[in-house]
Amino acid sequence: MTSLAPESEKTLDKSRIVNDFSIHVATINGSGSQSSNNVLMRSIFQMGIPVSGKNLFPSNIAGLPTWFTIRVNKNGYIARKKEVDILVAMNPQTAFEDVKSLPTGAVCVSPVELKLDAIRSDVHHYQVPFTELAAQATDQIKLRKLLTNMIYVGVVGELINLDFKEVEIAIARQFEGKQKAIDLNVTAVNKGREWAKENIKKADPYVVERLNLTKGKIIIDGNAAAAIGCVFAGVSVVTWYPITPSSSLAESLEEYLEQYRKDKDGKATFAVIQAEDELAAIGMALGAGWAGTRSMTTTSGPGISLMSEFVGLGYFAEIPAVIFDVQRVGPSTGMPTRTAQADLFSAYQLSHGDTKHIVLLPGSVEECYQMAMDAFDLSERFQTPVFVLSDLDIGMNNWMANPFPYPTKDLDRGKVLTAEQLNKLGEFARYKDVDGDGIPYRTLPGTNSPIAAYFTRGSGHNEKAQYTERPDDYENLMNRLNKKYDTARKYVPKPEIITEKDAKIGLIAFGSSNPAIMESRDQLKVANISTSYFRLKAIPFTEDLRKFVESYDRIYVVEQNRDAQLRELITMELPEYATKLKSVLHYDGLPIDARFITDAIMAEER
Amino acid sequence: MVESTAAKAPATNRLGLTQADYKGSPSTLCDGCGHDAITSQIIKAAYELALEPHKVAKLSGIGCSSKTPAYFLSRSHGFNAVHGRMPSIATGASAANKELTLMAVSGDGDTASIGLGQFCHIVRRNVPLVYIVENNGVYGLTKGQFSATADIGTKSKGGDVNEFPPIDLCGLALELGCSFVARSFAGDPKQLVTLLKAALSHNGTAILDVISPCVTFNNHESSTKSYKRAKETEMPLHEIGYIPFYEQIAADYEPGSTIDVKMHDGSHIVLKKLHQDYDPTDRFQAMTTIYKANQDKQFLTGLLYIDEKKTSLTEMLHTVDKPLASLTQAELRPGKDALIEIMASLM
Repeated sequence: MTSLAPESEKTLDKSRIVNDFSIHVATINGSGSQSSNNVLMRSIFQMGIPVSGKNLFPSNIAGLPTWFTIRVNKNGYIARKKEVDILVAMNPQTAFEDVKSLPTGAVCVSPVELKLDAIRSDVHHYQVPFTELAAQATDQIKLRKLLTNMIYVGVVGELINLDFKEVEIAIARQFEGKQKAIDLNVTAVNKGREWAKENIKKADPYVVERLNLTKGKIIIDGNAAAAIGCVFAGVSVVTWYPITPSSSLAESLEEYLEQYRKDKDGKATFAVIQAEDELAAIGMALGAGWAGTRSMTTTSGPGISLMSEFVGLGYFAEIPAVIFDVQRVGPSTGMPTRTAQADLFSAYQLSHGDTKHIVLLPGSVEECYQMAMDAFDLSERFQTPVFVLSDLDIGMNNWMANPFPYPTKDLDRGKVLTAEQLNKLGEFARYKDVDGDGIPYRTLPGTNSPIAAYFTRGSGHNEKAQYTERPDDYENLMNRLNKKYDTARKYVPKPEIITEKDAKIGLIAFGSSNPAIMESRDQLKVANISTSYFRLKAIPFTEDLRKFVESYDRIYVVEQNRDAQLRELITMELPEYATKLKSVLHYDGLPIDARFITDAIMAEER
Repeated sequence: MVESTAAKAPATNRLGLTQADYKGSPSTLCDGCGHDAITSQIIKAAYELALEPHKVAKLSGIGCSSKTPAYFLSRSHGFNAVHGRMPSIATGASAANKELTLMAVSGDGDTASIGLGQFCHIVRRNVPLVYIVENNGVYGLTKGQFSATADIGTKSKGGDVNEFPPIDLCGLALELGCSFVARSFAGDPKQLVTLLKAALSHNGTAILDVISPCVTFNNHESSTKSYKRAKETEMPLHEIGYIPFYEQIAADYEPGSTIDVKMHDGSHIVLKKLHQDYDPTDRFQAMTTIYKANQDKQFLTGLLYIDEKKTSLTEMLHTVDKPLASLTQAELRPGKDALIEIMASLM
């Protein structure tokens, strides 16, 4: 917990706190609480109130503790909030610790037999006979455990004044078409609700009231959003190897492809191959990219480590492919189900030798969708592997968003010469910088022209793709690759820059830190600290970065890794400003929260 | 009749191409290398089958063998992948463009050691391609270390004795359900070209394990044709290093018969050609036959197994008739309605 008191504390006691609190549900992994949590979150969302949900789960199948946090916020703040206002303590293993960490005045809903009221007297305890209520809800012993979860939805719903019509709609949606399940779950919710109505004397301030801030909005996780982007980007070959937290990207992509990418005869305009490992996954993606399709793979840290050699080949031999790295905590196996932004260095420079890649940095589910399309365009335009660096927080958590717009830009297939063009040109050199932008022309296997063929290799090659070890050939090639990289600066997504007139300090960040930073900027403003904000969306950096860094006295680079990877990269680019750059680093595996950033900056600024 | 005085035009195939049109750049391998003999037969097979060069893609990994795609079919696209991982490149290329004829060349190090996993999985997926293993039991480019197909008791150039049993790639391919398994010998052009043509006509993974003697590194101290011995008696031919000149080993023998071939390093290899009445569609027989041959220390050559009905990856992917690589934006990007429908499902 931070040293600062939770916001809610100031207005505690009898006053009502409307649409501004967090619910923290502690359960056991595998106990089926996910549907209940979704129903609870959706019901609030359907009442027009902004919500976000974060699933904190262990790296196992069943048995270990898991938490789900629903943040309800009328201002639309969707970052993680550290303070828990309402705890639903269903897991005996963690209940003691969970209750101990609550702020004064918080709510604890728990099974009566846990006797949690003995631990804290400064918390509102509502102790519920869950076992008894579950027995009333069904005769089937097997179902009782599952229904217990729906009973807490009823209890919490009654407590916070949830509209139960919305709960019924959310349940119908959750168990779509399974009438028996719908009825059973509605019964369970009502059991909890009725019990709470009769037995709970509400002493806490947390309630919801209908708003109109979610109409027309969607709830989606970043992996599904990226998958939709890939479908509309025209991806044709998807090769992947299961790894948390990226698997759901490939899985939902396959589902969408099955649904939307078949011709009138039911034949697929795509191929999805689950590879035997990540080395094969990237190999297949490069093979397909070389042969002329839009190809991609999805992975996480350990996966990109394995892909290193092939990604270097892709860079050097200039083959397009898109790599989604949904980051998790490393090094090594690290914490597979926790979040981080610590693959920046490795993605940027993956492989041995002088190598650097185009890296896109989505900061929202909307950008996961948009940047999926950008990534394929850039990859084919620049004939190179392109990384999209998402993370577990964006990728696997639920976010509220505006519906995604239909793409207005045509697919950029880059410089590919057809047989007709080749025959007209009369000559072709695969790696020649014809246009002076560092980007050569390529031909695809199968092109019916006697001059189309060339030999792709990861070893030294000249403009004609012939093997060479000549010093000048190598130098020319490396310099052209650099020129190509410089050209990319003009094509990558531009940063989002928010300028405050009176600001002396600037913030720089990327990816999933964005919601916490937006909230922190408001908190800082309350403390009379005005900030400008530069949200990086891609590497290579654009010219804007220099301008921004030049404009402020101090720059705080906020990132979710230990080694200040982004700050280091900025220092490499702008060494003259190294002393201006300060770090705010969050790397405990949990998503960064606004208060953490605010405290860190205030400690420096005061 | 008046005899024409003009030079005789070279023979052409049904595409009007000469055999020279199927050649590549000159080989940089050692003189007498078995791989060059295989290259010659690949050129011949492609010419005789009248393959359209632009529809062929050549693939390889790393190693001496993997250099060879540069030496044939210069009008075809080529891909020299990373060590041991050519199969994944081939799989991706196949998925992207099913109209390509994929010709892959690998070595025993590239396939049986670093690439064993990818080898197994390309076979398992039955990706349509010809997969030639140029098998010599050593790592040539790194100067003579054992590969995983080296026989027990084989001596390295430095005199080390290999104590590990070899991996039999044909036996392994059979175990994995490969739809075309054959073994041949670089010095038997007649058999090799026939098997290559059969493999090129096969719809599925065709594994062709070809014994291809290494003239440079399979010649240890005790060999009568060792590097040292040769140096004493022969003149240097290349400026970079001394490569002793060897005649390519050649063998031609009848089906069912056995032949003892003396290798460059002085060792012997016993080749046995499968009998004429051998049934290559019987997988069980193929497995027992190869098992017995291994026990008898014989290299069985010929078509060991073929299953022409096995579903290939191309069929399993159920893709549209056109190659995926040729699809246009209209075919690739769903309409606005699709996005609206998806968004509605998330509200």
